[in-house]
Amino acid sequence: MPEEIQQQIVRETFHLVLKRDDNICNFLEGGSLIGGSDYKLIYRHYATLYFVFCVDSSESELGILDLIQVFVETLDKCFENVCELDLIFHMDKVHYILQEVVMGGMVLETNMNEIVAQIEAQNRLEKSEGGLSAAPARAVSAVKNINLPEIPRNINLGDLNIKVPNLSQFV
Amino acid sequence: MALKMVKGSIDRMFDKNLQDLVRGIRNHKEDEAKYISQCIDEIKQELKQDNIAVKANAVCKLTYLQMLGYDISWAAFNIIEVMSASKFTFKRIGYLAASQCFHEGTDVIMLTTNQIRKDLSSPSQYDTGVALTGLSCFVTSDLARDLANDIMTLMSHTKPYIRKKAVLIMYKVFLKYPESLRPAFPRLKEKLEDPDPGVQSAAVNVICELARRNPKNYLSLAPLFFKLMTCSTNNWVLIKIIKLFGALTPLEPRLGKKLIEPLTNLIHSTSAMSLLYECVNTVIAVLISLSSGMPNHSASIQLCVQKLRILIEDSDQNLKYLGLLAMSKILRTHPKSVQAHKDLILQCLDDKDESIRLRALDLLYGMVSKKNLMEIVKKLMTHVDKAEGTTYRDELLTKIIDICSQSNYQYITNFEWYISILVELTRLEGTRHGHLIAAQMLDVAIRVKAIRKFAVSQMSALLDSGHLVASSTQRNGICEVLYAAAWICGEFSEHLQEPHQTLEAMLRPKVTTLPGHIQAVYVQNVVKLYASILLQKEQAGETEAAQEVTQVMVERLPQFVQSADLEVQERASCILQLVKHVQKLQAKAVPVAEELSALFAGELNPVAPKAQKKVPVPEGLDLDTWINEPPSDSESEDEKSKTIFREEEQKHTQHRQPEVDEAELARRREARKQEQANNPFYIKSSPSPQKRYQDAPGVEHIPVVQIDLSVPLKVPGLPTSDQYVKLEEERRHQQRLEKDKKKKRKREREREKKGKHRRQRSLPTESEEDIAPAQQVDIVTEEMPENALPSDEDDKDPNDPYRALDVDLDRPLADSEKLPVQKHRNAETSKSPQKEDVPLVEKKSKKPKKKEKKHREREKEREKEEQRGEDLDFWLSTTPPPAAAPAPVPSVEELGTNAITAPKDECEGHRTEKPEDQDDDAERDPERKPSRHKKQHRKEKAGRSKGKKAKQQPPTCAEAAGPVENGAAEEEPLPPMSSYCLLAENAYIKMTYDIQASLQKESQVTVSIILENQSSSFLKNMELNVLDSLNTKMARPEGSSVHDGVPVPFQLPPGVSNEAQFVFTIQSIVMAQKLKGTLSFIAKDAEGATHEKLDFRLHFSCSAYLVTTPCYSDAFAKLLESGDLSMSSIKVDGISMSFQNLLAKICFHHHFSVVERVDSCASMYSRSIQGHHVCLLVKKGEKSVSVDGKCSDSTLLGNLLEEMQVTLAQC
Repeated sequence: MPEEIQQQIVRETFHLVLKRDDNICNFLEGGSLIGGSDYKLIYRHYATLYFVFCVDSSESELGILDLIQVFVETLDKCFENVCELDLIFHMDKVHYILQEVVMGGMVLETNMNEIVAQIEAQNRLEKSEGGLSAAPARAVSAVKNINLPEIPRNINLGDLNIKVPNLSQFV
Repeated sequence: MALKMVKGSIDRMFDKNLQDLVRGIRNHKEDEAKYISQCIDEIKQELKQDNIAVKANAVCKLTYLQMLGYDISWAAFNIIEVMSASKFTFKRIGYLAASQCFHEGTDVIMLTTNQIRKDLSSPSQYDTGVALTGLSCFVTSDLARDLANDIMTLMSHTKPYIRKKAVLIMYKVFLKYPESLRPAFPRLKEKLEDPDPGVQSAAVNVICELARRNPKNYLSLAPLFFKLMTCSTNNWVLIKIIKLFGALTPLEPRLGKKLIEPLTNLIHSTSAMSLLYECVNTVIAVLISLSSGMPNHSASIQLCVQKLRILIEDSDQNLKYLGLLAMSKILRTHPKSVQAHKDLILQCLDDKDESIRLRALDLLYGMVSKKNLMEIVKKLMTHVDKAEGTTYRDELLTKIIDICSQSNYQYITNFEWYISILVELTRLEGTRHGHLIAAQMLDVAIRVKAIRKFAVSQMSALLDSGHLVASSTQRNGICEVLYAAAWICGEFSEHLQEPHQTLEAMLRPKVTTLPGHIQAVYVQNVVKLYASILLQKEQAGETEAAQEVTQVMVERLPQFVQSADLEVQERASCILQLVKHVQKLQAKAVPVAEELSALFAGELNPVAPKAQKKVPVPEGLDLDTWINEPPSDSESEDEKSKTIFREEEQKHTQHRQPEVDEAELARRREARKQEQANNPFYIKSSPSPQKRYQDAPGVEHIPVVQIDLSVPLKVPGLPTSDQYVKLEEERRHQQRLEKDKKKKRKREREREKKGKHRRQRSLPTESEEDIAPAQQVDIVTEEMPENALPSDEDDKDPNDPYRALDVDLDRPLADSEKLPVQKHRNAETSKSPQKEDVPLVEKKSKKPKKKEKKHREREKEREKEEQRGEDLDFWLSTTPPPAAAPAPVPSVEELGTNAITAPKDECEGHRTEKPEDQDDDAERDPERKPSRHKKQHRKEKAGRSKGKKAKQQPPTCAEAAGPVENGAAEEEPLPPMSSYCLLAENAYIKMTYDIQASLQKESQVTVSIILENQSSSFLKNMELNVLDSLNTKMARPEGSSVHDGVPVPFQLPPGVSNEAQFVFTIQSIVMAQKLKGTLSFIAKDAEGATHEKLDFRLHFSCSAYLVTTPCYSDAFAKLLESGDLSMSSIKVDGISMSFQNLLAKICFHHHFSVVERVDSCASMYSRSIQGHHVCLLVKKGEKSVSVDGKCSDSTLLGNLLEEMQVTLAQC
């Protein structure tokens, strides 16, 4: 899927979801944008974050809502009290976590403990290899982190596509 | 060298990492694009370096930029470089980037094949995992073909983490490379029973996804899934399976019957809303697939509707939404059950949530009846007025039209009302559905002849009002309505009150602002109108007035001639010439009106949309033969010409007219005339003089000044639909009164006649049929060609990607279907021992014996599984009836094997197990060798289970296995037992019956009656009726009286038997009961049909109310000690049967289970549906048996023992 269409989907989804009140249902019926009437947008709203999944009719609506909860709780565990900034600055890690939940558009694992265990094992493996940035680079990074920007504006994260091959996300 | 390394790592310290990039972008909000292009330049530099860490860092940043919408496909090769890094840290970055930006069209993707293969067989499970994850996003047909075998090997990996990923990715592989499905399927099926829940879930996931597209290929897996459903506790898996069953039941109604009970149990027991909801959904699917209206199904419907109501009433909007969604599914087949909740659904129309309102709208569609249509539409109209946002308003509009027009306007009793609703809808600004309204107007006006006069008056008012013309800016907007209005006024101009005024309205200059196609209709219909006015004037002898009308036409038509729209221009200039010619003739005082109206004579009839397609191929015409033999010069040319020719021929067949000869045409014409003559609402073609317009000669002198109104006028003279609601009520009331009067009169007459007979006067309740339509509704049905073909097949879309996966999975594999295996691949890459027996590759084994054995064993298992699939029919046919009673046991043989093999550790499988064992038996005959092995195995098992049984008696298996396990022995054959006993029999039919009870329903039993047609006649219209007693009553469909019979939901061809189930309600179960009944039916044979009857007596024994319930010996002892039970005993002499078989008989016929057995003494237990405990102590003497019973009800015990005495006396 070309980047422009990805962006368009993300943008339009964001606008659709944003204008919905909290006290209305969390399902949006599929438009031509996301592949027709067999598809639905299912989302959950946490503070300033929206988690949006696009699923077809083979998925259970309530099941997906639970799955989003599992995903968010997993993020919470992996980042130790997750906040927006974690997701913004560590988009790669968010992807790795998501890939343990959903693989190629299909639900892979729904057991949170199992997901967290696998993520931690992979992090350990990475650490034993010396990580992406070795010790000196980490020190520099720590210095850079001192002047973190002030509170960010509204930031939204959409995990689009359960069935479409590419996972697109945006901040 | 070392220096270079150090330098590299210092450089890297100052490279931007991902966090720096994100921070930078956030700090450059005003010149983001510039900043990013700068970053991309840096990244390009970094990618040029040798250091893989630098490259990986660059790719990581690129992935982020891709997410922001930047194209990074130019870095595809660098991504592959990073993918092939040896460190997991970098590899992961590479694969993530690839999964985000690689797609079918990425050309370098073929370079990855070997890298991926290497990673798949890496010793590190996370390398393998990351490769699988990446591949799942960008797998192409080539990759799928080349890697299918490697992935399939991974499905048997030792690590569940890899197994589940490998299983899941297979779905993607199937999609891209359908040939891999059959070879991989056996292993996939195997994974359904993987010990790891994650792997199992993945396998379920894949099969469900496959089965959703081609359900019929997966029916044979139903028993396996059934087993999973009964034993799995993972809600995610359960939901998937239950959804899958929803897709399978339409193909196999017997499966549905089997499912109802476990699903109902789940509905009752689960606390997870998601699971509950899916259960309800599948139960609905089952109920839809079962056509018969058995009374116990109406209970299931009620349960579903009840649960859904709870969901809809919930404050959680999600549940509300889903509840409505599911409700709409029930609506399709059981509208009555949903209609009861009309209040709730109308309430949802007011919900603040648009999704919910839309769902509620969907439901309304099925809830309308003649009685409430007006009321519901009125409510919708108020919503139209209130609605904000055009989308919802448009949705309302289409719904109103859908609701009213459904099934040929079935629910409309007053078409005047409907026309005025349509006219009211034209006041909607900014709708996109003008054409819909227009289509409805046309349809109604053409097909309901009685309404034409009214319709024409309304349409002329619309043409006159002009507010629609003003809104002509929008395509498909409301101005489309004018298309219909103009056409109706022109075509049915004889009904016009003021034709002249309408003519003026249609010729206004403003009309030229309308879209071309509407103008064209205006022009055409102006002439029709003109012709009819002319006719009128001429007949009245007003030549001057006629000339004036012509003058108006000549003056106004040129504005259309100047139109930019070709169609309008052409019609207008043509007509202008015609009118000028008429003018000349009029000047010579030649009457022209007759000839002019002849242009538009003739009746229009609606033609069914499919009429053309349904024209049958005439006899003797072979579409496949050549009309001219194709020339066969050069080959290439030949091919070309062939295709062209064929195409053309197809076209010909499509457009072929039905061949009707002259005589036939004449006959039809005659018939139509006849029909029209008999129809009071058909306006005959002979012109009827309408004198009314005579006294309006001066109209044309009034100068027509076009007033431009920007504010839409409230159309004067248009009735509002509301008034019809009142009128309709009055009318109905009137009708009722009249009917009552008639009835009364009739009754009085009757009374006068008979004097004494007096019947209860029924209250004037209004039923659907009572409402007579206001006008004679004469819906002209659409015309179809004579002898049209009835087929209604919709061709499948040949481009469906899932079509390739529609393959027969039960057929054994052919050699040619092996998955391509890399030839040069080293054997040592195989890490898992199972690798060798890839089920599809029937290799000639050169392996050591051990492996061979294992292989054979596996093969056997596979055979067994396959057998299981083939014997789906058997699995389904022994469907235990919904009540949890023991299934009929057909033979001793089965009894024996069941007793032996019933596995102690697989309680949940008690029902599925049986057919499997049967299969084994069947398998035994043709295959001698393996069977002996099996037999031995079985004996071993039996020995073990026996040993255990001696120590720990209580059968932990569920009730069905109970009596069987308890009673049977290998040493002595037991006569075949059947719980079905004869009910009645005559020359036509034989009835046997069995009664099943369930602990869940304390005052209800199900009577299954097998009806066997013993004659050579065809038996139909069977109806079963019983005389209810105070205690026992047959459940009848809602609304029928106690004297009505219950129809048997099938017919019986000669020699066929089938089973019907009837539910009875019982109050007290302590006494046996007999009910008299009759089966009536029609027997039809070559000579004719006769009405026949068969009387019977249905015996409800006390044993029928007992349900086999296992009981532990300690609980049993406690029960006996409690002292709440009364006691009684019997003794029967002259017993020759062995004690073992005796117990089996008691278990089978009286539904007991053995608690404990010591030598020739046994304790037994059972429970009644109303909770009575029944305990027995059975002792066998030399030739006698004594039975001591204890029960919480002495009458019940007495009766039970009596029944037992009869059974034992036969032994």
